[in-house]
Amino acid sequence: MNIEDIKKPENIVYKRPALLTDTVMHYCPGCSHGTVHKLLAEVIDEMGIQDRTIGISPVGCSVFAYNYIDIDWQEAAHGRAPALATATKRLCPDKYVFTYQGDGDLASIGTAEIIHACARGENIVVIFINNGIYGMTGGQMAPTTLLGMKTATTPYGRDPKLNGFPLVIADMLAHLDGTAFITRQSVHTAAAARKTKAAIRKAFEYSGKGIGLSFVEIVSTCNSGWKMSPVQANKWMTENMFAKYPIGDIKDVLKK
Amino acid sequence: MKEEIIIAGFGGQGVLSMGKILAYSAIMQDMEVTWMPSYGPEMRGGTANVCVILSDSKIGSPIVTKYDTAVILNQQSMDKFENSVKPGGLLLYDPSGITRHPQRTDIRIARIPAIEVAASVGNPKVYNMAVLGGFLALKPIVSLENVDRGLGKCIPARYSDLIALNRKAIDEGMKSVLEIK
Amino acid sequence: MAEKILMKGNEAIAISAIRNGVDGYFGYPITPQSEVMETLMKEKPWESTGMVVLQAESETSSINMVYGGASCGKKVMTSSSSPGISLMCEGISYIAGAELPCLIVDVMRGGPGLGTIQPSQSDYTQVVKGGGHGDYRNIVLAPASAQDMYDFVDLGFELAFKYRNPAVILADGIIGQMMEKVELHPVKPRRTDEEILQTAPWATTGKPSSRERNIITSLSLDSDVQEKFNQKLKEKYDLICRNEVRYSEFQTEDAEYLIVAFGCASRICEAVVEELRAEGIKAGLLRPITLFPFPENEIATLAHRVRSIMSIELNLGQMVEDVRLAAAGTSCPVGFYGRQGGNIFTPEEIVAEFKKFNNLK
Repeated sequence: MNIEDIKKPENIVYKRPALLTDTVMHYCPGCSHGTVHKLLAEVIDEMGIQDRTIGISPVGCSVFAYNYIDIDWQEAAHGRAPALATATKRLCPDKYVFTYQGDGDLASIGTAEIIHACARGENIVVIFINNGIYGMTGGQMAPTTLLGMKTATTPYGRDPKLNGFPLVIADMLAHLDGTAFITRQSVHTAAAARKTKAAIRKAFEYSGKGIGLSFVEIVSTCNSGWKMSPVQANKWMTENMFAKYPIGDIKDVLKK
Repeated sequence: MKEEIIIAGFGGQGVLSMGKILAYSAIMQDMEVTWMPSYGPEMRGGTANVCVILSDSKIGSPIVTKYDTAVILNQQSMDKFENSVKPGGLLLYDPSGITRHPQRTDIRIARIPAIEVAASVGNPKVYNMAVLGGFLALKPIVSLENVDRGLGKCIPARYSDLIALNRKAIDEGMKSVLEIK
Repeated sequence: MAEKILMKGNEAIAISAIRNGVDGYFGYPITPQSEVMETLMKEKPWESTGMVVLQAESETSSINMVYGGASCGKKVMTSSSSPGISLMCEGISYIAGAELPCLIVDVMRGGPGLGTIQPSQSDYTQVVKGGGHGDYRNIVLAPASAQDMYDFVDLGFELAFKYRNPAVILADGIIGQMMEKVELHPVKPRRTDEEILQTAPWATTGKPSSRERNIITSLSLDSDVQEKFNQKLKEKYDLICRNEVRYSEFQTEDAEYLIVAFGCASRICEAVVEELRAEGIKAGLLRPITLFPFPENEIATLAHRVRSIMSIELNLGQMVEDVRLAAAGTSCPVGFYGRQGGNIFTPEEIVAEFKKFNNLK
């Protein structure tokens, strides 16, 4: 097979999703964001809903998500994405509306917005990246930072007497009657990424059914913030993060 | 013509709605009106008052401190507003529950036994309409025809039987008001 | 003849929103403006016009819902009172920075802090100068009657969409709570999706293959890009100042003394002018209807002619700073009288202060 053969459409085994733009991503090598963006772009493309999808990007590392996926975007104030999504979905009920938020954005400054969007049963999708740290501002403690974990603002490790306990927000949201689908996934292996993609697809499909809010938490690495190599970070995540944030579906109202 | 009125009493006596019906009746007569209530925590079971201004021309300030008429329905309001009646103005009050009657000698003073009137009509809720009748007997600023139209605007159509009841209370109030000086 | 209805200023806002084709209202209860959302909920416009009405969990959320709705090119609004507006200032700054149209109603009460629930004008500086972070301005309309409340909903949206800028109706507890006769104008239907695509091609309506993606953002990170954007905003604000100044005058033609007052204070000052004129003192009143843009040229012109100017406000002296700037090129003295804390001045009290300031008997 020569190079021209390889380029033939029938021989393609892998390609950049059509909806990922040419913009070079600003994420650190090893970061989970790039993988999740790719999965999201694939789902929107495969569902054929590019012209009916509106994304809300957060404040945090993924603030520039709008540069990478070729759909209409709104850039929210820190933590407020679910409020923007609420109005967007209610005013444009035929659209697919999702927020993309990190743990500082969603689980710290934006707790009121996410909890009430869930309580109201807004028919939106929430993609929640949980890497236990503030990446963009330089590695400070997040609400999801594990006990003992060192960050820029917990240099001696997170001490519950000083800093309180990690917030397991997906489980909290599962208690709210307005949520339809809540799952926790990861993207550290090809198999995990495939499951995450299926979860994102299900969340989008559920949001079109008018049965409530769908929430996909993705336990992620921040190797820069964690000060590890990507490989070390993946290992540390599976050994430590998964213990506090176990992978799997938490709630699915359509599953009997 | 400009009439500046304060209506004051307890919450629940229908002070605000009496003002509203009077104001709406004046609109039916092509007059300009303002209706400015006291609002806030003092509404909760305490005193309620509303300043209603009726005028043939555009109304500037909706806030006044001297009134052509004070309609006073409890002692606290008597204490607060007796001295706010303009000389030559009217103080109309319900004597029940009043322990210190008005002392002014430079104004008209009239009593309306509105509890009794409402009882005679058969419904204590039309208390405020008995008072309105008393006011209209002394100051026929708004015609009864326009009062009927004002009532029609304030009372939903499905309660149309209440319009007749309210009107009856107004009529009886007009008959029962007693100008004492 | 148009129907005339007795209603509160707050109710007029709600009824006007429904009748003027507003797409969405998002709010949170606070005295003295709660009748806005109460009236909307009672009227159920989602059954008649399709208007969305939602009680949010906080003012922070209401304004961010407005941000989301405005991003879609929809006519969206919120209302609140002073402490709630403070919470909204973050969102208003984002909306201004993203150049989105929206309408915000502030029915002012006394502050600072929790303050009182009685009428006040003490958010003048906050709202007129911006309120949130960064260099931006709101278009600010100051109603003086329930009819103004009704009319300014439509006017506010017209200006907001014309300039892609937040517009604020800066009212107070008197204008919100007072009932007056309101004339209802013909109904304007909500805009269709097609009309939104035409009037707001920048909106996030879902990206078709025929255009680039629309991104609503206020972020640039590059200081040169941001500076260019700030200068573009400045040009827009200058244009607004040239085109949109609105004010009314009362007996200024032969006035020797000028009073400047906005909102409910201007109503009270009409009575002041009449009392002074009855005593042979030639006073006149200028009422700014737009607070931004401020009628500075009109005040400057009068400042050349009158003996003095007095700014009358329900605060410690906020608009008076703009009156002083307007009169700065003249020798006309500028005075101030105000009441605070939710207390309202009477015409008599202002007459006395006016005479004191002007050394008149």
